[in-house]
Amino acid sequence: MFTNPTFMAIQVLNSLSLAMNLFIIASALTLIFGVLRIVNFAHGAFYMIGAYVLYSVVGSFGETDLGFWTGVIAAGVVMAAVAYVVERFLLSRLYDKEHLLQLLFTFALVLIIKDAVKMIWGSLQYSVSYPPMMSGAVNLGITYYPTYLLFLCILGPLVAIGLWLGLEKTRWGRILRAARLDREMLGALGTDVTKVFSAVFVIGAAMAAIGGALAAPRVAVDPGMDALVIIDCFIIVIIGGIGSLWGSFVGALILGFLTVFGTLIFREWEIVLVYVMMIGVLLVRPWGLFGQPEAERH
Amino acid sequence: MATRGQTIFLILLFVALALVPLAGERYPLELAVQLMIFGLFAMSLNVLIGHVGSISFGHAAFFAIGGYACAYFQTRLGWPIFVSMPAAIGLTAVCALIIGYFCVRLTELYFAILTLAFSMLVWAVAFKWTEVTGGGDGFVGITAPDFMSNPVLFFWFTFAIVAVSVGLLWLLSNSTMGKTFIAIRENPTRADFLGVNVRRMRLIAFVIAGAFAGIAGALLSFYVRGMFPESAFWTQSGQVMIMVLLGGMHSFVGPILGAVVIYVLETFISQYTQYWPIVLGTILLLIVMFAPDGLIGMFRSIGRRMSMRGRRNA
Repeated sequence: MFTNPTFMAIQVLNSLSLAMNLFIIASALTLIFGVLRIVNFAHGAFYMIGAYVLYSVVGSFGETDLGFWTGVIAAGVVMAAVAYVVERFLLSRLYDKEHLLQLLFTFALVLIIKDAVKMIWGSLQYSVSYPPMMSGAVNLGITYYPTYLLFLCILGPLVAIGLWLGLEKTRWGRILRAARLDREMLGALGTDVTKVFSAVFVIGAAMAAIGGALAAPRVAVDPGMDALVIIDCFIIVIIGGIGSLWGSFVGALILGFLTVFGTLIFREWEIVLVYVMMIGVLLVRPWGLFGQPEAERH
Repeated sequence: MATRGQTIFLILLFVALALVPLAGERYPLELAVQLMIFGLFAMSLNVLIGHVGSISFGHAAFFAIGGYACAYFQTRLGWPIFVSMPAAIGLTAVCALIIGYFCVRLTELYFAILTLAFSMLVWAVAFKWTEVTGGGDGFVGITAPDFMSNPVLFFWFTFAIVAVSVGLLWLLSNSTMGKTFIAIRENPTRADFLGVNVRRMRLIAFVIAGAFAGIAGALLSFYVRGMFPESAFWTQSGQVMIMVLLGGMHSFVGPILGAVVIYVLETFISQYTQYWPIVLGTILLLIVMFAPDGLIGMFRSIGRRMSMRGRRNA
C-alpha cells in the first residue's frame, strides 16, 4: 500500500492537516509558557469552548458560510473575554507565587470549564459540517482532497509566519521576547509587564478557541474532547522545545506524521509510539529540539 | 517535619479509623477503605512535592503500575498475596527508578511536564496492551484471597498496610534523609555546596514516592477487584495533587487530611448533584488563591493568633 502514490498523497495530506490544526493550538500554549512561565492545563478546555461556541453559532445561523466563519470569530472573541476576566481577577494574583499553585490553578479551570460545558450544552456528542464554500474536494492532479482540510494545511504555515513576523519584526514582538528573557528588567525599563502578560494570556486563549472551532468539523464535539488534545499539545511543545515557535511547528509535523503513519504501520500501538518518540527526543535533548536549557540551578 | 501536634493528630486519626468497624455498617467501612488508600497515595506524592519540592504531575503512573502488576501477578500467574504484593511494589519501584532517572535531570516546570509525559506513556500502554492489562475495558475480575470477601477483614488488611506505610513515611520524614530532602526543597544550591548529591537524593525520593504509590494502587486493585487505565490518566494525577494542596503540602499529615476532606465532601455533595467536579474546581481555586498552605496552614495561623491573644491577656 505504500507504493500507491494516491494513497500516500492522501496520508501525507492527512498528516499535514492534523499537524497544522494542532500547531495553531500548540503555538498558543508555547507562547503562554514562554512569556508567563505557566503550564496551562486549561488550554484543552479553551479549545473545547471554541468548538462548542462554533457549534452554537452554526446552529443559530444555519449551516452557511457566514454562520461558520462568524462562529470561528465568535469562538475567539468569547474565549478572549473569558480569559481576560480570569487573568485580571485571578491568575494575575499568582504570578509571584509558586509554580505548583499556578499549575493547580489551571487544573481548577479544567474542572470548572468541563462541568460548565456539560451544564450549558449537555453531554451529547455533536458534529459540525464543513463550511459550504469548502465542502467539496480539490483536484490535486494525483488525487482529490477535501477543500477544508487543504485549507487547514495552508492556514498553519500562514499562522506560523504571521506569529514569527509579529514576534521578530514588531515593537510588540520585541516586548514579548524581552518578557521571555527577563521580565524584571523589562518592567524596570518602563513597560507595564502585567499588561503584557494579560495580553499574551488573552491572545493565547483565543487562539486555542479558534483552533478548537476550526477542529470542530474534523472531530466529534463532546465534553471529553479537551483531555487528549491537551496531551497532544504538550507532546508537540515538549518535542519542539518549550517556548519555541518553530519548535512547536516542527513538533506538530512530527506528531501529525507519527499519528497518521503510526496508525497505518503499528495499528493501535501508534499512541505508544508517539510517547516513545517524545521520550527519545528528551533523552538526546532534554529541552526539546529547539529549546534552550533552563538556567543552571539543579 | 512531623511536629508533635501532627503526630498526635495522626494517631487520633488511626484510632478513629479503627473504630469504624464497630459501627457494623458496610458503607462507612467502604468509605474508610477508600480514604485510607487515597490518603496513602497523597502522602506518597508529598514525599516529592512537600519534602524535596519536586512537582510531579505524573504520580498516577506508579499508582496504576502497582495496581496492574498486583492484579496480573494474582490473577494470571496465580501467585499468593504475600508474593504478589511485594513483587508488585518492587516492580513499581524499578519503574520509578527508570522513569525517575530521566526526570530528575530536569527541574521545576520541565520536571512536571516530563513526569506528566511518562505517566501518559503508562496510560497509553495500559490502554493498548489488551493481553496484559485488559485494555480500555480495564483489568476485571481479580483473584483475591478469600478473606477479602469479608469487608471487615479487608478493612483491617488495608488498615494494617496503610498504618505501616504511614509509619515508615513518618520515620523517613524524621530521619537524616528526610531532613536532607527538606534542605533540597529550601535551597538546592546550598544543599549542593554542603556536599549533598542533589540529583541522587531527588531520585531516591522519586523511587520512595513511587513505591508507596504502588502500594496504594495494589490496595485499590483489591478493593475494586479491577484496574482501569483512567488510574494512570493525567486527571488522576491532578486529583491527588489537589488532596496534597488542600491538606497542606508543607506538612506531614496534610495530604491524608486533604484526602479525608475530599472524600467526605465528594460523598456528601454527590448525593445532591452530578456536578461534583465543578465544586472541586471551585474549592481548588479558592485554596490556590486564598489559602496556599492548605488546611494545616489555616489551623496554624488560627493557632498562632489565639496564642498571641492569650499572651496579651495574661
